[in-house]
Amino acid sequence: MTASIAWERRRTAAARFARTYAEQRSGLAGLVVLGATLVVALTAPLYITADDLSVITATGGVLEPPSAAYPLGTDESGRSVLALTIMGSRISLLVGVAATLLSVVIGSLVGMLAAHFGGWPSAILMRLTDFFLVLPSLVLAIVLSTVLQRGAFTIIVAIGVTSWASTARLVRAQTLAIEARPYIERAQVLGGGHAHVLGKHVLPAVLPLVLANTTLTVGSAIISESTLAFLGLGDPASVSWGTMLKAAVDSGAITAGAWWYLLPPGIAIVAVVLGFTLCGRALEIVLNPALAARR
Amino acid sequence: MTDLLPSTTTATDLAEPTKGRAQGGLAFVLRTIGGGLISMALIVVLGFFMFRVLPGDPVRAMTRDRPGNPEQLARLRAEFGLDQPLPQQFLDYLGDLARGDLGTSYKYSQPVTDLILGRLWPTVLLTGTALVISVALGLWLGSRAAWRHGSAFDRFTTATALVLWSVPTFWLGLIVLMVFAVALDLFPTAGMTSPGGVDGFFPAVLDVAHHLVLPCLTMVAVVYAQYLMVMRSSLLEEMTADYLTTARAKGLREDLVRRRHAVPNALLPTITIIFLQVGFVVSGAVTVETVFSWPGLGLLTYQALAVPDIPLLQGTLIALSSAVVIMNVAADLVYRLVDPRVRTR
Repeated sequence: MTASIAWERRRTAAARFARTYAEQRSGLAGLVVLGATLVVALTAPLYITADDLSVITATGGVLEPPSAAYPLGTDESGRSVLALTIMGSRISLLVGVAATLLSVVIGSLVGMLAAHFGGWPSAILMRLTDFFLVLPSLVLAIVLSTVLQRGAFTIIVAIGVTSWASTARLVRAQTLAIEARPYIERAQVLGGGHAHVLGKHVLPAVLPLVLANTTLTVGSAIISESTLAFLGLGDPASVSWGTMLKAAVDSGAITAGAWWYLLPPGIAIVAVVLGFTLCGRALEIVLNPALAARR
Repeated sequence: MTDLLPSTTTATDLAEPTKGRAQGGLAFVLRTIGGGLISMALIVVLGFFMFRVLPGDPVRAMTRDRPGNPEQLARLRAEFGLDQPLPQQFLDYLGDLARGDLGTSYKYSQPVTDLILGRLWPTVLLTGTALVISVALGLWLGSRAAWRHGSAFDRFTTATALVLWSVPTFWLGLIVLMVFAVALDLFPTAGMTSPGGVDGFFPAVLDVAHHLVLPCLTMVAVVYAQYLMVMRSSLLEEMTADYLTTARAKGLREDLVRRRHAVPNALLPTITIIFLQVGFVVSGAVTVETVFSWPGLGLLTYQALAVPDIPLLQGTLIALSSAVVIMNVAADLVYRLVDPRVRTR
């Protein structure tokens, strides 16, 4: 019986959540863009083969403008820019999401621990957070990806460990607010240890806010990935939007006026990042309706 | 990364409301400067940690793509002192830093300190100009948008800001370069001065200004959007305040209510955020300078990572991070001077 009541409540809560979210037109637009991108990225191997991406088997001319055969023209090795842009979405999304997860996990841990324990551990953690908050993170990420073994994993680590500070600040504030509530005291009186209070009570209460923050962070992580790839720190073996732009510049697409090579990857980045930003802002309003007046 | 693109945190999320209020002026100054010193120490440790403690081998990174023989590698290791035990390396590193010696660049065969000092001015010129324009534009548009909340003007400026927020700086730079420098040929494509130089003081200033337009435009486009959003949201928080009703009741014109009462109060949290995001501007400088070959610290960083030139990269990391920390300490001190609520206690 109790289980069905709980399910009933969860269903109503989810329905309310979906309804409030659906009232945000820009949030819906963001969701549509992201959904479409995800479908394209996941189904790409069905219609793009390794031959399309191979420099050796490419059939087009060098930097050919758009035509019927190549809707977005060709790159410097005669490959279709359209096929490259579609395949590029996979690495860009993967790195963006993975780096964000790493960053959010670090940020949430630091924020929750700092708020829960207080005293000197908190002082140290927050000083570290403030330090990472002001640092020019791109410079730090550049150094990390230069020193470590090159590859997608390094990029993920470099972005993840340099971008957690604002999440930590946010989570700390939220944890402090939640731990001031009586039910936390009740849990402690009943013998709940640190792990129990943090895991069972604080974490579920903090998670919604973290989710909205995560959505906003993915956008910046995707931009970071493309920036690092553009600076030549990406994985040279795989195609991402950043490595495409790097190749475009190196092959002289700017002086050749090859706009069809520069525009598609860039517009793809802008669309996806904007999609994540709009979704994140809509989520924030759903979670904190008071914000709606200020948007 | 501190986010290349900071999330839409509002001023109240980040500003510590109690910070520096209930304590004496001197104690506050000392605490702020102490915090800055701790940050500087962390930067020094970070510089060491990044290049000597992490599993990546700097010598291997430097000789990547060039198979060196074991003797060469050993000689390079000895040159950087990498054959010493770690504590000894750290002491040597601290001693060198204290003497202002950041080592010798692998690529340029010059002291890193000289290279950095030589590239400082172009970066200050570019980021300084871009910052001033972005702050002015962002605050002005942001306060107008908030004041006419929900109007067509508000919707348009907010939408533009959100889109520009989502644009990678380097890509915008590439497009600007292709359109204005290559296709239309209105501005130079690279550098800070015309090759061969220009005679006379004023022609030289004009020449630099001509080269400055495109990089500056790119930086402003990406940076002002954030200031706009921060200013807009902090002014919106003030919009319902009682003191505005009082100001209107005593007969002030709407324009004066905004300029004399609402905006000054909304400015304070905005200033904090602006300085917190200086790191973001510095990150932008790296990509903009790379795209436009602007001879500053950002381009130097790019040139160092392309080799890779480890001593130079370590030097620019320390220089850029220290600059950001110093700016933030200065901002904290200035904030206390300009906030009357803090000043009078």
